[in-house]
Amino acid sequence: MAKVVKNTPSEERLEVLKTYKIYVGGQFPRTESGRFYIATNKKNEKLANVCQCSRKDFRDAVGSARGAFGGWAGRAAMNRGQILYRIAEMLEGRKAQFVDELMKQNSTEAKAVEEVNLAIDRLIYYSGWCDKFQQMASTVNPVASSHFNFSAPEPTGVVAIIAPQENALIGLVSVIAACIAGGNTCVVLASSSMPLCAVTFGEVLNSSDVPGGVVNILTGSVSELAPFFADHMDVNAVLYCDKDAAVKTLIREKSALNLKRAFMYDKMDWFSDEAQSPYFILDLQETKTTWHPIENIGGAKAGY
Amino acid sequence: MTKKISIPDFSIPSRIDQVGVEERASRFTKRSIKNETKTNGLLLTLNMIDLTTLEGKDSEGKVKQLCSKAMHLHEAYPGLPTVAAVCVYPSMVKTAKKALGNSGIKVASVATAFPSGQSSAEIKLLDTKLAVDDGADEVDMVISRGRFLQGDYNFVFDEIAAIKEACGKARLKVILETGELVTLDKVRKASDIAMYAGADFIKTSTGKISPAATMPVTLVMLEAIREFYYKTGIQIGMKPAGGISKSKLALHYLVMLNETLGEDWMNNHWFRFGASSLANDVLMQLMKQRTGVYQSSNYFSND
Amino acid sequence: MAKEKDNTLRLKFDSSRNLAPALESRSAAKIDSKYDLFINGKFEKPDSKKYFDTINPADEEKLSEVAEANEADVDKAVKAARNAYDKTWKKMPAKERAKYIYRIARIMQEKARELAIIETLDAGKPIRESRDFDIPMAANHFFYYAGWADKLEYAFPNRKANSLGVAGQIIPWNFPLLMAAWKIAPALATGNTVVLKASETTPLTAMKLAEIIQEADLPPGVVNILTGAGTTGAAIVNHPDVNKIAFTGSTEVGKIIQRAIAGTDKKATLELGGKAANIIFEDAPLDQAVEGVINGIFFNQGHVCCAGSRLFVQESVFDEVIRKIKDRLESLIVGNPLDKNTDIGAINSRAQLDTIHKYIKIGINEGGEMFESSCALPSKGFYCRPTIFTNVSQSSRISQEEIFGPVLAIQSFRTDDEVIEKANNTPYGLSAGVWTDKGSKIFNLTTKLRAGVVWANTFNKFDPTSPFGGYKESGFGREGGLHGLSPYVHLGSY
Repeated sequence: MAKVVKNTPSEERLEVLKTYKIYVGGQFPRTESGRFYIATNKKNEKLANVCQCSRKDFRDAVGSARGAFGGWAGRAAMNRGQILYRIAEMLEGRKAQFVDELMKQNSTEAKAVEEVNLAIDRLIYYSGWCDKFQQMASTVNPVASSHFNFSAPEPTGVVAIIAPQENALIGLVSVIAACIAGGNTCVVLASSSMPLCAVTFGEVLNSSDVPGGVVNILTGSVSELAPFFADHMDVNAVLYCDKDAAVKTLIREKSALNLKRAFMYDKMDWFSDEAQSPYFILDLQETKTTWHPIENIGGAKAGY
Repeated sequence: MTKKISIPDFSIPSRIDQVGVEERASRFTKRSIKNETKTNGLLLTLNMIDLTTLEGKDSEGKVKQLCSKAMHLHEAYPGLPTVAAVCVYPSMVKTAKKALGNSGIKVASVATAFPSGQSSAEIKLLDTKLAVDDGADEVDMVISRGRFLQGDYNFVFDEIAAIKEACGKARLKVILETGELVTLDKVRKASDIAMYAGADFIKTSTGKISPAATMPVTLVMLEAIREFYYKTGIQIGMKPAGGISKSKLALHYLVMLNETLGEDWMNNHWFRFGASSLANDVLMQLMKQRTGVYQSSNYFSND
Repeated sequence: MAKEKDNTLRLKFDSSRNLAPALESRSAAKIDSKYDLFINGKFEKPDSKKYFDTINPADEEKLSEVAEANEADVDKAVKAARNAYDKTWKKMPAKERAKYIYRIARIMQEKARELAIIETLDAGKPIRESRDFDIPMAANHFFYYAGWADKLEYAFPNRKANSLGVAGQIIPWNFPLLMAAWKIAPALATGNTVVLKASETTPLTAMKLAEIIQEADLPPGVVNILTGAGTTGAAIVNHPDVNKIAFTGSTEVGKIIQRAIAGTDKKATLELGGKAANIIFEDAPLDQAVEGVINGIFFNQGHVCCAGSRLFVQESVFDEVIRKIKDRLESLIVGNPLDKNTDIGAINSRAQLDTIHKYIKIGINEGGEMFESSCALPSKGFYCRPTIFTNVSQSSRISQEEIFGPVLAIQSFRTDDEVIEKANNTPYGLSAGVWTDKGSKIFNLTTKLRAGVVWANTFNKFDPTSPFGGYKESGFGREGGLHGLSPYVHLGSY
């Protein structure tokens, strides 16, 4: 992969290669395990040495996500919207890099451009929802007693996401955007075979006002990490975006340990319009209903 | 045992949740009072009545009639208790006192420019003095609602304290006129002011303003009495007045009294009903309990 | 001068506990000696050929016996439900579906008194509660959801609400008829058919509901009602042709169900346990707060998943609040559930009574200071005095585990942050209560408490329009209101 390119006609220069590290708590550490795997493309070209994350990396990432949850959920919804918009801006600015990475990971140039554009647009789409889905999902409930009663969504908490494995960027961005738009924080396992964009997307997040810990991106093996994604007691929900029936069953089963909300986005075409909607945000929301008495005083009438 | 009394800061708002009070009050109405409990409750109710006439057209004859009723509630039912008191205007105290003789029935007189209380301190004191000098055992004063709603709590407090002093041995009932205070927070505050200023009884209403006594209002006042008792060791009486004309409702009040303040309050020394038409309904119910047949008002004297 | 007579009557009105009996008449309710399974619109003898007794927990007398459904019976019921779904219910115009549900509501209202009496006999709950709460609320639930049937397109913007198919529903013993209503009404409104299993200790009102459904002429198989214990429930959960599981019960069983359906695409709603915090600040309307605490923990003998079983009182008013609670405890009437004056009826079963006693013992051994009402208990039947514990800490088992009985664990707190942290420091998240007169504090608390229902200056309030359900290990999905529709639909595009 290291190749010597002619920088100018007169001199040759060695290319500086990118180290693909993971993104946890707003920082870019290597896996604590010291393990790595070699990501390759269909042409069997080596793309990079990628961190082979361990359950301890996942544990640390959940810790970061939990730590960031209160602050992120507590932010003004509009502020979250602006941050999501900022992510889109940053992504736009680094479009070329993503196109390049997608092409390395088996994409044609046209398809790569389409995917990056779509990812940017999807971020904008969810940016707009940040301060609107609540209005769509909230109700004022006309109870029969003298109480004011309303229901509104609240983020579920820490979400563990096994990202779509068959595309490198749009699936990842779609699930992260819907998750954090609603005020959740997450730990995401990137596509094992196409991890480059995920790590680079971490860099985009890091440069776009997303507080550290809100999104944590790991790389590694689904089969190794899925059980931990599903059984960690401090994870509130788990999204599985691939098709393996055995993994689906395993995730659902282990989720029962603390009654995680488990969602299987296994039949999704992430390029389609169906793959974006406020209902994805609502999957990761709890409904809270609040009651308060209404004082109801009739006026006095004089009788003399 | 009386404890050391420190007067609270009345400028701090009292906190009462109306919906919660109404829920609690409605729970008392769900109690089903039957058989001997009902008979006892009805007899007790009779004994707690302040038989009342407070009209511009009251005459000596009317008051004498009322006193006669007070002493002889219904001869067809031997062994009935008497009512607790007869409640009249100051000008009628002498007449009532004479008519009731040593029957043990108290004479209560309204005073302090009843029912509005819109007069000077001097007139109010004189009004009280008139009633007491003529032999009133109990004085039912009204508070100055205008000053109270203005937030002039010290004025209200001092006025009650002054009347209390003028009452001498007569027991003082302080009418809050809760229908004009409107909110339950205000009812609670007025109750506290009255008790700390020396009231022997707190009373809901003059009967001239609607709404008069209601169960939620009375509950708030009973709870104020309970709190005052725990803080000071002093027992205060309660008198809901106006709007209680049916036995069933009276029994609900007794249930409320029983479950809020307990047995020590379950007699006419500490609880009264200010009412004019309640007595006959209670009598009809008692006769029904005794005879098993429903009664007609034609058989009960209307005084 | 003659001495004045003292004519103050010292008559005893009777202490509130000794009011003359005011019994609701048992004869106003007709209970058959035996109930079969309600399958495909008919009462069918069970394949198991087995029946079991249901008793009155107030006097341990047998009330009736009901059939025990086995796998074959469940299969029969599911087939009936599938058939009704495919052939009738799915195709029926929504407004017609609505009218059937309205009918059920109306007949329930007509038979309210009978239903209340049977509920009280079978469950042990005070007649005042079954009469004023359970039965009217159940009927209202049907009435509310009936109206949704032909309005679903307004509930889910830009999506088409499709029914799921056959809903398997398993309900608990604490609010037998009400839970049946919470389950059946939204399922029918959204176009699903139902196989419902009533609790083994309280099956009778469900069977009465079956009679009502028959009387309403609901197409056969749309609602099937089974009786049985855990194995019957498991057969429903594991039946391959059930599309949806709705369960209300313990967190433990909820987890078993989630595991059991892991390999399937069955949708699930779980309404599970709770350990609600009820928080009283020093600026609260204290008398009403105390009343809320009392209703919060002693409503339905404390057999309420959202019961306010943990009380946090700000230190400055701690003594006053405890005094008020103790006073109030003494005015509660414990006794025959059929007596209209009873506040606290019978514990639902001997097993539950044993559990409660076990926890009371644990509380004492943990160093908690126990106070119980001084009332006498009936000699027969399952009864427990209303009980409170002070000197309890976060680590005490009685403040961590769901007791499901009239036992309150009380702690004090100093600051807002402290109490929020303590209140949220539990695996559960069903409900919470906040008592303060300060609006901005209420919203701080109601926002930060991780619970599905937050009652501010009130507690244990329910309404058909109001979504109910938990966070965390209290389960997922909502019942009631518009939100209660979504567990029974899958959303497609137009």
